[in-house]
Amino acid sequence: MAKNIVFSRLRKVEKNERFDDDLSSSCDSDEVHVLAVDDSFVDRKVIERLLKITSCKVTVVESGMRALQFLGLDEEESSVGFDGLKVDLIITDYCMPGMTGYELLKKIKGSSTFREIPVVIMSSENVLTRIDRCLEEGAEDFIVKPVKLSDVKRLKNYMFGEGRTKSQDTGSNKRKLQETSPSPSPTSSISPEPSSDLSSTSSPSTPRSPPSLDSPTRRYKTSNHDLNE
Amino acid sequence: MEVVGQLQKQYVDFITSLFREAYLDDQYVQLQKLQDDSNPEFVVEVVSIFFEDSEKLLNDLASSLLVSISLFWVFILCLRPSLLLMVVLFFLLFLFQLYSQQQVVDFKKVDGYVHQFKGSSSSVGAQRVKNACVTLRNFCEEKNLDGCSRYLNLVKQEFYLVKNKLETLLRMEQQILQAGGTVPLLEQVPLLWKQ
Repeated sequence: MAKNIVFSRLRKVEKNERFDDDLSSSCDSDEVHVLAVDDSFVDRKVIERLLKITSCKVTVVESGMRALQFLGLDEEESSVGFDGLKVDLIITDYCMPGMTGYELLKKIKGSSTFREIPVVIMSSENVLTRIDRCLEEGAEDFIVKPVKLSDVKRLKNYMFGEGRTKSQDTGSNKRKLQETSPSPSPTSSISPEPSSDLSSTSSPSTPRSPPSLDSPTRRYKTSNHDLNE
Repeated sequence: MEVVGQLQKQYVDFITSLFREAYLDDQYVQLQKLQDDSNPEFVVEVVSIFFEDSEKLLNDLASSLLVSISLFWVFILCLRPSLLLMVVLFFLLFLFQLYSQQQVVDFKKVDGYVHQFKGSSSSVGAQRVKNACVTLRNFCEEKNLDGCSRYLNLVKQEFYLVKNKLETLLRMEQQILQAGGTVPLLEQVPLLWKQ
């Protein structure tokens, strides 16, 4: 079966990831599958947890090359063996040795098979030219590090919160091994961000209305302010 | 439950002081929010990774800044000069290094390490370490070897300080849990003081 080939290939290629969830619920198309790319061990741990706590399936890799290998882009363009682990979103660090996040973005957008996958760039540097460059190249969004729970929730909501079949977060469908509390409802937060309290059900606002709080430029400005406490 | 209350108050006082003195910032609270019953050791795990990563980075940084000086020393020592001559030579070489355009130190490499350190310290909320890294990066950009050495020492100092603080903090959390209490999250602090 193609799935088995995929698993053994993954086990061979990526020594750093955990495959616990992949092994049991590979066909679970309810969940959003995110591929996270970051060269920092600390950041990988954090982003993995952030994504898992917002009910995403996560695969974390340490470099652009590994990301391309995972997608199957480094060898053949055809993604025959990877249908069972389809990626819904790629979130990548900008500054990485070897292949930068920008170069990875270009490769993905340059591929006919994968160009539809939304790519989000993360960076510790709030450089406007860098942000513009990424957005022009087709990045969906740009998040300033350190990444917070509100950033990930906002991202997931506006990308997958409406119109997509994958947004069904009903408890009965849950077959996840880890989380006991699947819904990412904010319990004890008195967070200052204006748009952090979106529930996981679909919100009526469109993702790309320019004057709204969800536009990319407002988003990273907001997250920048939050650091000053 | 008296014990738990005491421990909780001590914890709150301590973590508040860490915030006040900028050892930690909001990102640490963000990490705490990610910890729950399904992943009760999350903060400890992240912080441990940060400690390990940082020690390695500090070693890499120290060695990348020292190489040039030690090479010169080896050269000088091979000449077997008198002590006075050695001092003079070293001084001259130091001046040469300081003012010459061709720096022996690979500032780009140093900058790379500092960038990594800045990133990881920012991700765990180690604010003072992060700020020291920012200044260190400026010295790297200016190719200021003296500034770099000085600030590297500061970065190291700040790291060990925050490491100490975090270890104490996490120990206090363990004590509360072992006494049967729950660790107060920062937003709950005002409520706790009222009790």
